[in-house]
Amino acid sequence: MSIDTSKVAKSNVDQAATAKKPSPIGAIASWADDRLGLAASQKKMVRKVFPEHWSFMLGEIALWSFIVLLLTGTFLTLWFTPSMTEVTYQGSYDQLRGIHMSEAFATTLNISFDVRGGLLMRQMHHWSAMLFIAAMMVHLMRVFFTGAHRKPREINWVIGCLLLLLGTLEGFTGYSLPDDLLSGTGIRAADGFMKSMPVVGTYMSFFLFGGEFPGESIIPRLYVVHILLIPGILLALVAAHMLLLVYHKHTQWPGPGRTEQNVVGYPLMPVYAAKAGGFFFIVFGVTALMGALMTINPVWKYGPYDPSKVTAGSQPDWYMGWPDGALRIMPGWESTIGPYTLSWNVFLPIIVLPGLAFTILLLLPFLEQWITGDKREHHLLERPRNAPTRTALMVALMTFYGLMWAAGGNDILAITFDLSINQITYFLRAAVFIGPVVAFFITRRWCISLQRADNDRLLHGYETGVIMRSPEGGYSERHLPIADTRAFTLTSRDRDQPYVPSTATDENGVAAPGGRLEALRARLSAGWFGHNVQKPTRAELEEGHAHAEHEHELQSGLDHPADGHQFDGHHTVDEEALRGGH
Amino acid sequence: MSSHDGQELEPVGARTPDADPVPDPGHPPHKWRPTDVDERLEKRAERQVATFFALSGLCSVLFVVSYFVFDIGEVVTTVGGFGASHLALGLTLGGALLFGGMGAIHWSRKLMSDVALVEARHPIASSPEDREVTVSGFNTGLEETGIARRPLVRNTLLGALGVLALPVPIVLLRDLGPLPGDKLKSTIWDEGMRVVRDVTGTPIRASDMQFGDLINAEPAALFEVDENGEPLIEGAELQREKAKGAVILVRIEPEEITPGEGRDDWGVEGILCYSKICTHVGCPISLYERTTHHVLCPCHQSTFDLADAARVVFGPAARPLPQLPLDVDSEGYLVARSDFDEPVGPSFWERDSR
Repeated sequence: MSIDTSKVAKSNVDQAATAKKPSPIGAIASWADDRLGLAASQKKMVRKVFPEHWSFMLGEIALWSFIVLLLTGTFLTLWFTPSMTEVTYQGSYDQLRGIHMSEAFATTLNISFDVRGGLLMRQMHHWSAMLFIAAMMVHLMRVFFTGAHRKPREINWVIGCLLLLLGTLEGFTGYSLPDDLLSGTGIRAADGFMKSMPVVGTYMSFFLFGGEFPGESIIPRLYVVHILLIPGILLALVAAHMLLLVYHKHTQWPGPGRTEQNVVGYPLMPVYAAKAGGFFFIVFGVTALMGALMTINPVWKYGPYDPSKVTAGSQPDWYMGWPDGALRIMPGWESTIGPYTLSWNVFLPIIVLPGLAFTILLLLPFLEQWITGDKREHHLLERPRNAPTRTALMVALMTFYGLMWAAGGNDILAITFDLSINQITYFLRAAVFIGPVVAFFITRRWCISLQRADNDRLLHGYETGVIMRSPEGGYSERHLPIADTRAFTLTSRDRDQPYVPSTATDENGVAAPGGRLEALRARLSAGWFGHNVQKPTRAELEEGHAHAEHEHELQSGLDHPADGHQFDGHHTVDEEALRGGH
Repeated sequence: MSSHDGQELEPVGARTPDADPVPDPGHPPHKWRPTDVDERLEKRAERQVATFFALSGLCSVLFVVSYFVFDIGEVVTTVGGFGASHLALGLTLGGALLFGGMGAIHWSRKLMSDVALVEARHPIASSPEDREVTVSGFNTGLEETGIARRPLVRNTLLGALGVLALPVPIVLLRDLGPLPGDKLKSTIWDEGMRVVRDVTGTPIRASDMQFGDLINAEPAALFEVDENGEPLIEGAELQREKAKGAVILVRIEPEEITPGEGRDDWGVEGILCYSKICTHVGCPISLYERTTHHVLCPCHQSTFDLADAARVVFGPAARPLPQLPLDVDSEGYLVARSDFDEPVGPSFWERDSR
């Protein structure tokens, strides 16, 4: 179909704007530039190109949720009083009127019942916190699955991990502030966690709580951490994360015309300004609707904190669920060392394990780099199937997380599915070790199968769904070559090159220093690339095509022109008759 | 760009004509959108975007209206069981934001240029010249301080920084809280203190309890009042003593009880008293199954057998619940014979568990 380009909308042509008389905005801009010199620093930024893919939006959700958190959180601070002074509630909520409670809980009730829009803001704040952490986690998985954590972006990976850790702490401190029965139980448990630390635990607990649990200090102290300390660090890290993103330029998926040396996409001004700005409002709007329609953390139902009371089915917020699960399935081990007690049953699952998990997460890019020996810059993303071991590793970690998370809800699982909580717990004690290993091998094989399928598509073409009958009466499915652009995209990946130590021994036959480490590294590298399928070479592809053409010839001479592939959805069927016409 | 300890790797994205079969077909040609070539559709898209923005504005107006229309507080306006103010504010705010965002995105997708642009990447590392200038500048600066030649200055500086960085913050933070001392090792329970119901504060006679009953109880001291009827213990102190002193009373058929070592006479007619605070991480326990005498912690499901000295039968707790020895006072009410003989609640380093 030819296009009459004279009718093309004015916005979509490559014509430079002509200089006009300076507008008031222009005057303001000149005023600012005279003092700030912005034009020089921002000249490349204005039309900076960002590549497009739906998965690049995940991090954006986290970013915008953070802004929503700052806005709604500021609103909440106007009415919330972080004080554990005992007051008698006199607000509008009948069921709790006359009850003694901390001022923190009373003002939380006031925000919920006596401040217009207060409940909305409280629920939006809580929902956006959920979104913030969930989006960060999914974004982290996207980054790892597509290899966007490779050089030069390792530091941004580390910053991202810190953001996730601090976001989780921020969530926990915020969740604790209302001083309701559920969050108080959480703080009670946190006190137990701290006390399990050898040597310093009791002191940390006394210093944090200003004496014995619960004291009068914990809420004001958590408040300062929640509204000043962590948000400040988060803000700085988010800024660093974004600056590095701009400096590195975003990664892009391979495709025609896309290389390691360029970035293909749409300019910041106007397309991304509109899309990202619009997306901020979408995230904000969805959060508002969630806050309006979905109850979250109804603290008035839990009541004020009382250290002698607890609700059945006590659950932390979901992102704290996995260490809580580890705590639940841990056997009750405790050692006595002289006059001292070491509670492995608390210390291992809630202090050591999360620290270890976070360290592993932080080191993933460096571990991978050390094993593969690949210290080259990468700007083209990799499909998860083309890095089977990496993909399998992340899936194994996800399986571990998921099983631990399930353990964190073992009571809920038992009630919902009418199972024995004991059996669920015993099962999960084994499953958290076996599950990830099984998931690792299944995922790796799955990826390799997908790689084979890609190679089939390259060598033999795609499946048309057209069944041909040979003169002998045999049936076969017709394959047709895929489009060049598709073939290029599929082959747009590096060949795997396992790490080979440069010299195992020197000329005298003496092992090089670190020889055993190097040998281990080489073995790990060989295992990492394992049975990966490499893209076909030109010779293999030509052979494949020759084979296909041969088959095509065998099938030629059929007495109708339509061999069916016109109707397979990959071709335009305009002016194409189904049969005959000859 | 490529630094590799072992053998050299091929540069990334290298496509050798011999090995790599498919040449780059180049950027796909730009395709005009319907809104680019059909003025009618362009106008329609324009109207759609404007409609989104108008709806957004309308929602904002409605937000302001509902702020004034619906009451909150004691005489709250409700709609179908929901607070009308909350619902209306949330829906209109959501609408205002969502429609605004949808308008902006629709605008960018339908009317703004969709010609893909190509930008070259720059090397991430600085050029060798830049590195050279920076490093030599830094070295010159360092040289001019003479820090290498003046070890006395260097060492006193490092020493001063060390003294500043380590002890000063630690000393500053010292007053965050008192030292633990023996505070965790005792509770408010004492000889002769009555065991009272946790809500009403009324004392309990052995005859008040049936076999199979469980009562949540507290030390009577938490309910004492002065001559004006003001509680003697309140606020943080009350919370603290509750956090350590809360107990559960159970009455079990005496023949089913296996008393702990040296605890044969700690119960009264089958009534036993245990700390309510879980020995795992300190949640209060009260989910009781009377037929098995098991009590379950709702936080992490540690299960204790109250008939068997609160032995751990399941879950992550490592130690039985501490038991409070009981007696009966002259009026026939249950009292404690002493404080707990071990610390209650979660384990801690200084806890002597031998």
